[in-house]
Amino acid sequence: MSSERELFRTDDTQVQTETRDARMTGQGDRFNSKLREVFGSSPFILTKFDKFMNWVRGSSMFMLQFGIACCSIEMMHTYAVKHDLDRFHAGVPRASPRQADVMIVPGTIVSKFAPRMKRVYDQMPEPKFVVGMGSCTISGGPFQEGYNVVKGAEEVIPVDIHVPGCPPRPEALVYGVAKLQERIANGEASPVTVKPYELEQFGDLEQDEIVDELASEIDEEDLVMRYNWADSP
Amino acid sequence: MSSLQEGEETPEIESGETELEALLDDLIVDRDDHENAPAFVIRPDTVQETLGRLKEEAGYDHLSLVTAEEYPDRYESIYHLKKFDDPTDEVSIVVPTDAENPVSESAEPVFRTADWHEREAYDLVGIDYDDHPDLRRILLPETWQGHPMGRDYDQNRPQMVPLREHANPLEDDHRSESDSDTMFVNIGPHHPATHGVLHLETTLDGEQVVDVEPDIGYLHRNEEQMAQQSTYRYQIMPYPDRWDYISAGLLNEWAYARAAEDLADIEVPEYAQIIRTMGAELCRIAAHMLAVGTFALDIYGDFTAIFMYAIRDREKAQNILEDLTGQRLMFNYFRLGGVVWDLPEPREEFFEKVRSFTEELPELLEEYHDLITGNEILQMRTVGTGVLPEEVAKNYGATGPVARGSGIDYDIRRDDPYGYYDELDWEVPVEDGCDNFSRLLVRMREVEESAKIIEQCVDLLEDWPEEERNIQANVPRTLRPDDDTEIYRTVEGAKGELGVYIRADGTEKPARFKIRSPCFSNLQTLPEMSNGEYIPDMIAALGSLDIVLGEVDR
Repeated sequence: MSSERELFRTDDTQVQTETRDARMTGQGDRFNSKLREVFGSSPFILTKFDKFMNWVRGSSMFMLQFGIACCSIEMMHTYAVKHDLDRFHAGVPRASPRQADVMIVPGTIVSKFAPRMKRVYDQMPEPKFVVGMGSCTISGGPFQEGYNVVKGAEEVIPVDIHVPGCPPRPEALVYGVAKLQERIANGEASPVTVKPYELEQFGDLEQDEIVDELASEIDEEDLVMRYNWADSP
Repeated sequence: MSSLQEGEETPEIESGETELEALLDDLIVDRDDHENAPAFVIRPDTVQETLGRLKEEAGYDHLSLVTAEEYPDRYESIYHLKKFDDPTDEVSIVVPTDAENPVSESAEPVFRTADWHEREAYDLVGIDYDDHPDLRRILLPETWQGHPMGRDYDQNRPQMVPLREHANPLEDDHRSESDSDTMFVNIGPHHPATHGVLHLETTLDGEQVVDVEPDIGYLHRNEEQMAQQSTYRYQIMPYPDRWDYISAGLLNEWAYARAAEDLADIEVPEYAQIIRTMGAELCRIAAHMLAVGTFALDIYGDFTAIFMYAIRDREKAQNILEDLTGQRLMFNYFRLGGVVWDLPEPREEFFEKVRSFTEELPELLEEYHDLITGNEILQMRTVGTGVLPEEVAKNYGATGPVARGSGIDYDIRRDDPYGYYDELDWEVPVEDGCDNFSRLLVRMREVEESAKIIEQCVDLLEDWPEEERNIQANVPRTLRPDDDTEIYRTVEGAKGELGVYIRADGTEKPARFKIRSPCFSNLQTLPEMSNGEYIPDMIAALGSLDIVLGEVDR
């Protein structure tokens, strides 16, 4: 077969492969698509910048590679073959919080870990979103009555979507992420700014010398986390 | 079955006991026997001498667990000793201490593994150990007030945890002044290579690890307290699934089931034992698959084919387990006295599914061997790195694939048989390379052996007469084991010797529930394996230990 054909042709116009045929025949449809008909002759799509940004954010989400407890095993299964979260525009696990948009909180948060999780959350650039995975991030789950367990992720960071289950199946997590994307696209899950405690308390004082001096004494790293089991629901 | 074995063991223990009494004659204050072993009460200032004699002269070279508990009038530390040669030969040393001033001598100079165990006892119960090298809190934050497993602890009192406690060690004040090449690096608690929320405080000299100190407790979910608040019959069983959560649920459930069944004298029907054995080995395959996959991930550094293949094969095992138990991960399938329900109908379909899985396995493993163990790059990274000599491993109480990778022929399934293991034909893989590669090989060979066990179980279950399919023994709705009975029983979990100690007080809830976590002991060996090595070798060593933080911290 190959002996009959000339292998290399230098004249470009003479090249008539099947691919090129297909391209030529499809040309009309490609450039005069239905979408174009709808928009008329204008080559521009007009939309609000917000709306566009929301659509972009929801369509390309970088997840934080963040494992805590049992749920992280199911989270790994969600990322990996079979369930493949990547199909839903949300499957790029980033090891660094500085590159991530979404944090899935997969597991029980205990008193020692809560400040660390807060720090990781603070390190993520805005806009950032949080999916709470499993019962532990809702209420402490099966360990709620324990002495060391924080009763839900929301005691520490704001959570956009809760996925219940112990642990939730991968399908449930995919559904949760899809719901988050839907909310982001609709502009419902607005980016949350969490200020350190001191800034919230004293941020609106006038900047005179005393305030400047006091402000220099504040160590933003040294926030006090208070775990008060008695007042928790 | 279990009571039968106990009957066989009794004479052996009897003869050993008189010898032990003679050996410890001047040290013994009292006797306080446990269900599983003779227990000698000694004075708190003779701990090292007693344990030293037992280790050197009587051959009790495995300190399996240190249990601490508080009674109304005293504190008690219990040292559960075993022999690596014969784990059925056990002895417990009970060390009561004053309620006002609980000070006891540390066992750390005799058994290195006592270091962390005693730190945990100090942290949770509040016993002070004299002569301990580094008695700090281990699971709870340094600022914690009170000892939560103590009797008068009020968990409603607020705890203040300032972020200062988690100060960034990379700041200037932590830099070593004397030697500018020394550097501190925090690995974790959020880091892809730590397999969860482990925090490694490493001191580096250039690229070499001078010292590494694992900082644990980021997943301390008070599992022991939860078990103590729950009833024996139904409420405790869901928790073991969450100790070692890498699909090893049934193995963990068995640890609790074995201890509680022996405590309450429950006989498990043979048919249920076979189902248990089959389910447990499926769990072991799934757990080892993830261990192999993440180990390759640590070595090669990306979500490459091996990890995806491992997940793919885990999915198959999980599907079978889901058919059997109704859950993917947290099975809650065992009941005291058996299992919750029979195999799924139609049975033939289920058997066929299991069979096709086990028949495929050798071929799959061949593929893994091509990709992993046969790969020169991986061999360069793992052969001869992370060396853990046999004696060191024993001293640290390492068990499971970590011990077997160091040439210690120790497997509870064979040496202290339970379930249906002693009726089946399988082997315990042992490698004597003592390095990362051997531990990897042991895991992969164990998968083969597990598949063999499953196949035999399926054969047995298939031919089991329909009228004799008894899945549960007759167990009273409320279990109240006799007052003041204590038992410590272990099984072979995915990571090693997983044990449960229960003290009953005549009520339907345990008075003390203590978990012996294999990972807790295994993780302690990390500094031995990685000090002086390069950072990547330390990461490889950590991966080869295959820890799961849910079990380390409990």
